[in-house]
Amino acid sequence: MNALAASSALAAAAGGLDPGASSWLLTALILVPIVTAAVVVLLPASRPEAVKLVGLLGSLATLGLSLAVLFSFKAHEAGYQMTEPKFAWISKLGIGWQLGIDGISLWMVVLTGILFPIALIGPKIHGDVKSYVLWMMVLEGACMGSFVALDLFLFFLFFELVLFPMYMLISGYGYGRRAYASLKFYAYTAAGSAFLLVGILAVASRYASTSGGKWSFSLPELMTTPGISGSIWMFVFFMVAFLVKVPVFPFHTWLPDAHTEAPTAGSVILAGVLLKLGTYGMLRFAINLFPEAAVRTAPIWMVLALIGMIYGAIVAAMQKDLKRIVAYSSVAHMGFIVLGIFAFTRQAGTGSVIQMINHGITTPALFLLVGWIYERRHTREIAKLNGLWKAAPILGSFFLVTTFASIGVPGLNGFVGEFLVLIGTFPTWPWLAGIGATAVIFAALYMLWAFQRVFTGEPDAENSTTRDLTWAQRLLFVPLIVLMFVMGIYPKPFTDRIQPSVDAIVARAEGAGARKAPAVTRSTQEAHP
Amino acid sequence: MIASLLAQTGQIPAPNINYRSIPFVVLAVGAMAMLVLRALSNRVPQWVWTAITILSALVTLVWSTFLLNDLVSTGPREIMMDALVVDNLSMIMALAMCTSVVLTALVAHSYLIRERLEGPEFGVLLLLACAGGILMAQALDLLVMFLGLEIMSIPLYVLAGFHRRRSVSAEASMKYFILGAFSSAVFLYGIALTYGGTGSTHVLFIRSYVSRVLREGGHSLAGQGVLMAGMALVLVGLAFKVAAVPFHQWTPDVYQGAPTPVSGFMAALAKVAGFTALLRVLGQAYVAVRESSPDALVSNTVDRLPWPWIIMALAVLTLVVGAVMALVQVDIKRMMAYSSINHAGYVLVGVAAANQESFRSAAYYLLTYTFTIIGTFAIITVVSGPGDRLHRLESWRGLGRRRPALAMLMTLFLGAQAGVPFTTGFLAKFGVILAAARGEYTLWLALVAMLVTAVSVIFYLRVIMLMYAAPKGEAHAETDLEEANAAALAAAEGRRLYVVPTATWVAIAICAAVTLVGGIWAGPLVALVDRISI
Repeated sequence: MNALAASSALAAAAGGLDPGASSWLLTALILVPIVTAAVVVLLPASRPEAVKLVGLLGSLATLGLSLAVLFSFKAHEAGYQMTEPKFAWISKLGIGWQLGIDGISLWMVVLTGILFPIALIGPKIHGDVKSYVLWMMVLEGACMGSFVALDLFLFFLFFELVLFPMYMLISGYGYGRRAYASLKFYAYTAAGSAFLLVGILAVASRYASTSGGKWSFSLPELMTTPGISGSIWMFVFFMVAFLVKVPVFPFHTWLPDAHTEAPTAGSVILAGVLLKLGTYGMLRFAINLFPEAAVRTAPIWMVLALIGMIYGAIVAAMQKDLKRIVAYSSVAHMGFIVLGIFAFTRQAGTGSVIQMINHGITTPALFLLVGWIYERRHTREIAKLNGLWKAAPILGSFFLVTTFASIGVPGLNGFVGEFLVLIGTFPTWPWLAGIGATAVIFAALYMLWAFQRVFTGEPDAENSTTRDLTWAQRLLFVPLIVLMFVMGIYPKPFTDRIQPSVDAIVARAEGAGARKAPAVTRSTQEAHP
Repeated sequence: MIASLLAQTGQIPAPNINYRSIPFVVLAVGAMAMLVLRALSNRVPQWVWTAITILSALVTLVWSTFLLNDLVSTGPREIMMDALVVDNLSMIMALAMCTSVVLTALVAHSYLIRERLEGPEFGVLLLLACAGGILMAQALDLLVMFLGLEIMSIPLYVLAGFHRRRSVSAEASMKYFILGAFSSAVFLYGIALTYGGTGSTHVLFIRSYVSRVLREGGHSLAGQGVLMAGMALVLVGLAFKVAAVPFHQWTPDVYQGAPTPVSGFMAALAKVAGFTALLRVLGQAYVAVRESSPDALVSNTVDRLPWPWIIMALAVLTLVVGAVMALVQVDIKRMMAYSSINHAGYVLVGVAAANQESFRSAAYYLLTYTFTIIGTFAIITVVSGPGDRLHRLESWRGLGRRRPALAMLMTLFLGAQAGVPFTTGFLAKFGVILAAARGEYTLWLALVAMLVTAVSVIFYLRVIMLMYAAPKGEAHAETDLEEANAAALAAAEGRRLYVVPTATWVAIAICAAVTLVGGIWAGPLVALVDRISI
């Protein structure tokens, strides 16, 4: 099976866009990690290096597949692509293996593909390597599945499946209070999913009752269900699950604990991929199914997002633990994304998706760096770190670039996303955009302050002997730096693919009565690279 | 006088016994054969007893499968003067019950040798309990149902106290017997009242009585106090057997004290049989009434017949109490007892939604739960060690390092019970919650059930976490008791702890395969329960 999937990947990569091969790409995206996990189960635990190699190969093959998806994706097209083949699974209920990808999920898939190999080999593994690699691979398969599923049942299945391996990673390989943090993580998100499943079932049974008893869980079909567009309670049920996942204030309390106690790889994946499941779920499922309810309740989510941004920034500034700062910065950044989503304009929506990618690159990068600092100094307490730049200039410069990217310095990726969100929110919600802009300044404040305390000045005796990054670590990190610059300088390839999908969602929202932005003028188009 | 009695026997209509349709007689015959063999010889090795037990159960299983296949063409039929029925529900549940005997016999084989409890009695009791369970499932007459209940319960009481040298085992048996006998009495009294209210103990008669009252008697059952009280007591009797809150108090003590393979067997068999009887009674006295009523009646049947509301209340209580109490347990068997109460709550959700589809989902839940729970208790049996003593959660610490395969399988079973996707546990929970979400008055129940799932996940994960946690030395001891347990563990480890016998492996493998394969290749099992109709 592995060979088959790999060969189809090769065919897609080499032969270009052979439709027969590319149609299996999405299925292969899910199966390759899962099959790798199955292979890992069969390997002896006494050979950790072999297990790690197999895991790395599996995740690299998945990366190849996700790049193949990227290259066979048709830009400038809105609808779902690669929706063939479909299989019936529980045909009585119309549940099937139905996958599809649009300009939003495309990037989530690529992001997942890039982050997993890095997370797998970047940090040191403390403990049993075999089950670590096993859970990482199951996690990758589940993440991929969540991002490409078009069937709501299938989506929920993968959405839930994500929790278990993540839980195993935090509880098995985390730091001091990992038992508490991992349980909190699981309980919070599982409670959120409870609402999601009931919401899905309510939509599906509404569909069944209006279509003469024919059941379906397929998103395109459910979108046509009459009378659900304005159903506030169903929309809220969907949103609860996604708000917890993002997390939006006041559902965020699991996140700092989970991030702080998770092993570095867990934090990388949690921040890079799992949080995106929330905003992605809003875009793909909640808003598409209930545009009218989304438009009517939009101010609530935008205000919550704003509170999260400001609250996250203030709390982050006060943290003593470097990792907790990054964790709270996630709350702030994700709030920004939610703000853009519910502005329902082309720029803000595109900016949000760009920002999802940005956050998926810079925050994992920061976690990786913090993890490497911890490996060297065995502490993450800011008070005990100082003058690291002198001792480890490469580490310092990587940290500085990533910090700049995270706070949105022009020329780096963060700027593009934040700017688009603000400029897109302003025409419809000027006040909220104004408050959002101040949050950007806060972010610069706490991140730079942290950088200053940790890296500048003269190192004391303990810090002056800190080793710099090894060559392997530098090589691993360079792709992330390159991505930060590429997205910051030339984001067109990204926006070309994102925009049509965002337009479709915005059109749906505007059809349901969202405030319309003034006609796109020349100046805003220029602002939009 | 005797002559006059004999003369009268001719006037009592003797039922025409259709042996072809009652496969459970094989179980009884197997049990008798073992007792006779025991009387003839003292030197029969243990494997013979196990073999006879498994063989009898397998023959019944195959026989039931044939009957099940015949049903496609013949349709359900009443037999033995309408006292029993052969239909999809009873035959599918018979499959589950026979399977539970086979699996338990496999697990118990080495357990009995390990604990030096060899002999035919264990197998005999398994077979008889199963025969009673199947009789209960097939019963159409409440009195026959009671007969089945007793034939099932009495062997279970004995099985609970089977480990003679453990005082907790005797205590469990006593407790189970006294409370069980009490609940049987309540059940019987319910039958008496139902008879007083309707003039019959036959569920089909009760059904026609209820629909006649609804149609003619002012559309209300309010005046039918005797029938109401009778049905309520019948419900209590069955709720006791399936361990629904507030009739669950015996469960943790009995599960903890009973020999570990028996705990799994009880969880599977008593639940399957009890719920099948519940589905039978409610299916006829409520669902069938509702679905056969003229349209004008259907919309308001719910208000007139209180059963669904009672079942809903039971379901919520059972779900919440089971999950919350399981959180605070430190003994794995007590935890699994509360977990089984929690699972009964999910099945009750399916029952409460009260329609054909929801009953199917409840049946699917029972069918798949049989495999997960017996698999779970099989692993607990192994970990409990010689003497069946190491039940504290702390005993599970570090199993992942010492026995990775065992820990992985336990993770699978616990994950399935927690409802992790791609296991049968997920589909089972999904089924009952879907059923509840479809009903117009049970949507809130679906949400409660889902939220309880989020809570219940915590106690399953706790065990998983312990299995993969660092050994005691690296963590800090929390209480003296746990230290004592750790010491016992260390001592037992010297005696080659966690040896998994081949027969147990087979049982665990079967359970794991069904749990995992059934969760992915869902079609066959779903299609099987789809044949059930009320």
